[in-house]
Amino acid sequence: MAYSSGRMLLSQSDGPVSRFRAWVFIVIPLLAILFQVYVPLFFPILSFLEMPLLVVVYLALTQRSQVGGLLTGALIGLAQDSLSKNPLGMFGVCKTLVGYFAASVGVHFNVDNTVIRMLLSFFFYFFHQFFYWVMQRMLLAQQPAFDYQSWLLFGALNAVVGASLFHFLDKLRASA
Amino acid sequence: MESFVNRYRNLTILLLVIFAQFLLLAVQVKNDQDVRIIRVWTVTAVTPFARVVELLRGGSVGFIRNYILLHDEDAENRRLREQVGHLKLENIFLKNELNTAERAKALGVFQARIPSKTLAATVIGTGAGSNAKVVYVDAGSSRGVERGMAVVTPDGIVGKVIAAYPTASEVLLATDADFAAGVVSQDGGVRGTLKGQGTPLLKVDYVPISEKVQAGQWFYTSGDDRIFPRGFPVGIVRSVRDAQPFKEILVDPVGLQRGLEDVLIITQGVHQDIPPTPATDQPVYIAPPPPDDSKPALPAAAGAPPVTEADKLRQAYQASGEAQGHKFGSGESGPPNFTGLTTSLPQTPAPAAALPANAGPKPAPGVTTKTTDSTRHSNQANGEPTGSQKR
Repeated sequence: MAYSSGRMLLSQSDGPVSRFRAWVFIVIPLLAILFQVYVPLFFPILSFLEMPLLVVVYLALTQRSQVGGLLTGALIGLAQDSLSKNPLGMFGVCKTLVGYFAASVGVHFNVDNTVIRMLLSFFFYFFHQFFYWVMQRMLLAQQPAFDYQSWLLFGALNAVVGASLFHFLDKLRASA
Repeated sequence: MESFVNRYRNLTILLLVIFAQFLLLAVQVKNDQDVRIIRVWTVTAVTPFARVVELLRGGSVGFIRNYILLHDEDAENRRLREQVGHLKLENIFLKNELNTAERAKALGVFQARIPSKTLAATVIGTGAGSNAKVVYVDAGSSRGVERGMAVVTPDGIVGKVIAAYPTASEVLLATDADFAAGVVSQDGGVRGTLKGQGTPLLKVDYVPISEKVQAGQWFYTSGDDRIFPRGFPVGIVRSVRDAQPFKEILVDPVGLQRGLEDVLIITQGVHQDIPPTPATDQPVYIAPPPPDDSKPALPAAAGAPPVTEADKLRQAYQASGEAQGHKFGSGESGPPNFTGLTTSLPQTPAPAAALPANAGPKPAPGVTTKTTDSTRHSNQANGEPTGSQKR
């Protein structure tokens, strides 16, 4: 799965087509959600990890369909909402947008490069947190702090974790 | 539309998914006033449209009502104006009917009150000549109208019949230059001849300058003309001016002031007293005249027959005292005995001097003098007062 740097920014259509088995779309998001629910319960220090978001970014990037990306993000987000105290749709909207834009990036660019993946993971984490903050203010009439420093730090950590996660998930991908 | 959706299929699906999740959020989330966001959004989203729709509806309805249907308003206005016109005409008609009824009632009351026999008639036309002050009434010779009969209203004299036709009569109004009638002032002191001048005012002629006539004084018919019975109002003096050789007195005829519609033709006239001052004038108290020194103070002492009851009583007491040899005023004898005087009071006949020289014997009390029409006619012919004037 290693690509030369010369192909890194080529269009996805020029690269190999990756496909996942069907169970991957169910088990991986489920595991990510369970991780998000239970792991911080026992290891609060890991609460900064946004595993569902990283899964959405990965699945959207590796798919060639924006619709598939946004649907993946919507389903994972709604599932995450259903297990949280937030109203249904808060994570769903954010992850839908993340899935759509991530898929859009994956359609036009080769995102198999680890650095690119880390940058995209960092960016989408920041985008996710920022949009979630906006929705908290606009819809829930809450006044959360605009803690962009934490977002930048946690974004970087998620990018690192995401790179590792993406590398692991790449092993589940089967080339067509 | 289909090509647009196909072209932006991914973006469309994104928007739909986002929208669906926003809806889901809106159903769950409540705002600070405990109202669900979906309700707030719905109201917020619908209200502008509703406002626009209402604006369009109100504007359309107003436009339709104010402009398109304006011709109906104009037609309704025309209809209402016509209705107002009809109501005004009806109002005028009813007022005229009421006035006619009131005049007829007043005429009937007047007709029943006056002793003269009258015949009610309605003016049906005027004379053809521009200067002729004549009218035609709907009572003619078939109903007993004769030439020379007086025509009056409850207000005063109107004129006289100058021609009687079978179904109508021609009446010469008092304002005509050929009209003349004998009049007398209200106090009866001034007599004159009423003449028409062709103008609204009448002239009382042949009144000597020495006579005292004032403006506002009333003139009544004197009965001297053998046309108008005595006592009918003629008019009010408007101006008095001394001229040679008689006064120039202008009278406003009261019988013609309210117009002529219904009149009374006097078929058999009966003279009446000159009535007192009309109600419109303020009553004035006039003290009795002072005693005349040329006449005896006590009619009984002067041998004149007693006139009043007091004179009769005094005469009876005096006779009773003289019969008892009492000398009144001397104080020599005692008071006379007047016992039983009331039963022996003398029945003194009424002195003939107290009655008018041309009056007949006074009828007994309780007996009403019956004057026949022939007698009344003969009295009028002789110029003698009759009826209540005698009383």
